[in-house]
Amino acid sequence: MKKYDKVVENAVGRLVPTEVNGVTQHPFMGIGKYKPVGRKYAPQIASCIDYPADGNKTLPTLKDALINSGLRDGMVISTHHHFRNGDLIAIQIFEIAKELGIKDLVWVPSASFECQSILTEYLADGTIHHIEGSMNGSLGRFTSEGKMKGLGILRSHGGRYQAIQDGEVVIDIAVIAAPTADAFGNATGDRGPAACGLLGFALADSQYANKVVVVTDNLVPFPCIPWQIQGNYVDYVVVVDKVGIPEKIVSGTTEVTKSPDRLLLAEWTAQFCDEAGIIKDGFSFQAGAGGTALSIGIYFAEILKERGMKSRWARGGSNKYLVKMLEDGLLDYILDGQTFDLDGVRSMRENEGHVNTSPFTSYNYHGKGNFSSMVDVVILGATEVDVNFNANVVTHSDGYLLHGIGGWQNCLHAKCTIIPVPLFRDRIPVILDEVTTICGPGELIDVIVTERGIAINPKRTDLIEKMKNSKLPIRTIQELKEEAERICGKAAKPKLSDEIVAVVKWVDGTIIDSIRKVEK
Amino acid sequence: MEFSNEKIAIAGNKGKGIRSDCFVTLELTSSGGLQTEIQSKVAVFFGEEIKKTVVSVLNYFDIKNAKLLIEDTGAIDCVITARIEAAIKMLIKTDKVYLPEMYAENNYSTTKDRNRFSRLYLPGNSPSLMLNAGIHKPNGIILDLEDAVATDKKFEARFLVRNALRAIDFYGAERMVRINQIPQGLEDLDYVVPNNVNLILVPKCEDADQIHTLNNRINDLKKQHNITNEIWLMPIIESAKGVMNAYQIALSAPNIVSMAIGLEDYTADLGTRRTNEATESFFARSVLVNACRAAGLQPIDSVFSDIADMDALKENVLKSKALGFDGMGCIHPRQIKVIHEYFAPDSVEIDKAKKIVLAFDEATAKGLGVVSLGTKMIDPPVVKRAIKTIDLAINMGKLSKDWRNEA
Repeated sequence: MKKYDKVVENAVGRLVPTEVNGVTQHPFMGIGKYKPVGRKYAPQIASCIDYPADGNKTLPTLKDALINSGLRDGMVISTHHHFRNGDLIAIQIFEIAKELGIKDLVWVPSASFECQSILTEYLADGTIHHIEGSMNGSLGRFTSEGKMKGLGILRSHGGRYQAIQDGEVVIDIAVIAAPTADAFGNATGDRGPAACGLLGFALADSQYANKVVVVTDNLVPFPCIPWQIQGNYVDYVVVVDKVGIPEKIVSGTTEVTKSPDRLLLAEWTAQFCDEAGIIKDGFSFQAGAGGTALSIGIYFAEILKERGMKSRWARGGSNKYLVKMLEDGLLDYILDGQTFDLDGVRSMRENEGHVNTSPFTSYNYHGKGNFSSMVDVVILGATEVDVNFNANVVTHSDGYLLHGIGGWQNCLHAKCTIIPVPLFRDRIPVILDEVTTICGPGELIDVIVTERGIAINPKRTDLIEKMKNSKLPIRTIQELKEEAERICGKAAKPKLSDEIVAVVKWVDGTIIDSIRKVEK
Repeated sequence: MEFSNEKIAIAGNKGKGIRSDCFVTLELTSSGGLQTEIQSKVAVFFGEEIKKTVVSVLNYFDIKNAKLLIEDTGAIDCVITARIEAAIKMLIKTDKVYLPEMYAENNYSTTKDRNRFSRLYLPGNSPSLMLNAGIHKPNGIILDLEDAVATDKKFEARFLVRNALRAIDFYGAERMVRINQIPQGLEDLDYVVPNNVNLILVPKCEDADQIHTLNNRINDLKKQHNITNEIWLMPIIESAKGVMNAYQIALSAPNIVSMAIGLEDYTADLGTRRTNEATESFFARSVLVNACRAAGLQPIDSVFSDIADMDALKENVLKSKALGFDGMGCIHPRQIKVIHEYFAPDSVEIDKAKKIVLAFDEATAKGLGVVSLGTKMIDPPVVKRAIKTIDLAINMGKLSKDWRNEA
């Protein structure tokens, strides 16, 4: 099987394959242009006769559960990142597979983290064929150097739900790490010694995977309340000593910044929202991961407090800053998509206004609407932005794939999308003529905030009009690019091979760009 | 790259936490041509450009045989050339200077009475802190050659400060340099005066003679380089002797615009400790304020060193303003906003000033010599102060220019 075949130019001018790992693909056609017909994927019909009447689905070990699930060559295995860098289960699955001599598995994580970097060895020895989901850090580097046997596929959180729902990805075995569960398979993440918050990323897998295994270190007598995952979807329950390290869900990207330059970006972004009339009683917002984005919430809170106003709802990434807003009465609801710290976990248990959501409710593009387009303003990061407002979050300017998409693409559908970025990082300009990888088309990106000026997308004449008399430094994106070049010099383009090593999916399942092999 | 142990020069910084800098190791050899090695974090993007820069500097100084290793963490051009030039001049004597082009935007001069609420200290040998200093909009930036630079780095820092004055945009901040103590500081002037510095801070100033010596050297250099811009001075009083001579120092030269107080050294000189209550420095601060006011200068307070505590900074600013100071040094960009906010007139002060100015307008229109507000007579200095408050409020964005019609 060829890794990819039949490359064509898509609607944003990028060359993308129409066949990946033997499966036919659609090139990106423009926003909202691709509408598949037909029915959603459905898993096999199960029968109660095959499950214990007393509801006890426990098996002694994860190995037993995988064997009973019929683990064999070429299967698609999924895991989830609610423990972020504290995940302990994904690696165990592939250790067991290797021990059993199983080859060519497809790993479908909702996101990968540095704690899983050892899986490069399992990719190298053929246990894993390729990854669909995200390839962060070492896994991204491995992919970029063309070492993965199959072609990598990057999907957003919403795209992952869409792909599973639409049957683009058929998961054979889903393994869900659960901080608390009962023997029937009901499971929750908000309590137990390893409480990590929301298990929402596992929802699609529980609904659509052929076999579902729940792994926990805190088995409680039936019923496990609340049940974020319903036991009726679950085949086996396994009890282990330790299911994950919750302290490690906090990482560098989930702490506010202390850098004065980034705080300035956050301050200007908040001021922009204020002057543009976005901050008002009852408004909604979402701030992505990353220190700058998180800091903006603090400025929002200050403004709301000063004016005696409150926000109706915030999407998150819940963290101690959002929780404080909720508990200070500056926010009615946190619609939690994933939990970024232990204050978020506590709040999920204690606060009625802290509500669990999932990629289905928030992000799935092939649904009857979703929350992301209802958000008044979203603040996101990017590795690069170009003069057409296209942005990149997965590769760096040297071509290396280092990050996943997360919910980033889905969030672009908000009423106003703002990307605060430094104009350059260690002499490497962030605003370019053309981004290395297009993850989001410029027509969805409204404002770029840098420490040397703010550029508004010319399409947003309403925002331009509102900011006409602003004291903020409003400039054109071209001017910002030129200023970066004046300071840094014009950067040479890195040499990338024509060979494609991974593709980036858009929220509708089409391919928006290809990632090329890096020439060493 | 292998180096012999002799005739080697190093310049710049490297190691953990160092960014936007480059570390240069240079050895002059007698044969073998130019051997250069560039290890750069940004090699993919700027490797070729750095190489060109390196060769251009070596050629400029007629160096035919040398080994040069560059360990770069994303330094911009004027930093790389400053490091190489410093290394070269540690090994050979030459009058030639390799100057980066002067940014057109940097050709501004400043006025004697401009606002000097905040001035941000930048260690003179740390390029990463210089690049973005101006975006935080301090009234002034200080490239510090004195206490913020280690003794063995003083030489190379001069080249960096010189190049920064020429090729880094500080976005309109008054471009200040704190030279070393006189007489060592006189040597710093060669690197500073010809490069459009706006103001020179004179540390540990103790008497008027130091100012005269300094100005003689500045004037020589100005003549030599055809400099017509004013170069202002801000002596820093940091000793008991300096305090006792403050008024003479204030009057010693017409280009002195302001005096600052440095409390760490002063309290050490007194044999006491700096406290939050600051009773130990009350006398010195008052003397400085009085000396400045008597001579028509701006009195500037010492820095506040707890960069994490913005509430304490605010208290400190309010106390400082109450004592009569016009501004304060900052050691972190986040302090700037607080300093501006609380040195600027507050709403009560602005409202009062508006009433007085309106009364003054009315009296002038009626041709009255006496300004009165209600039943109270307003003295001319009070009117003058009110006008100054209004100007400042407009300047700080706290009051509209058109406030008379908006009221």
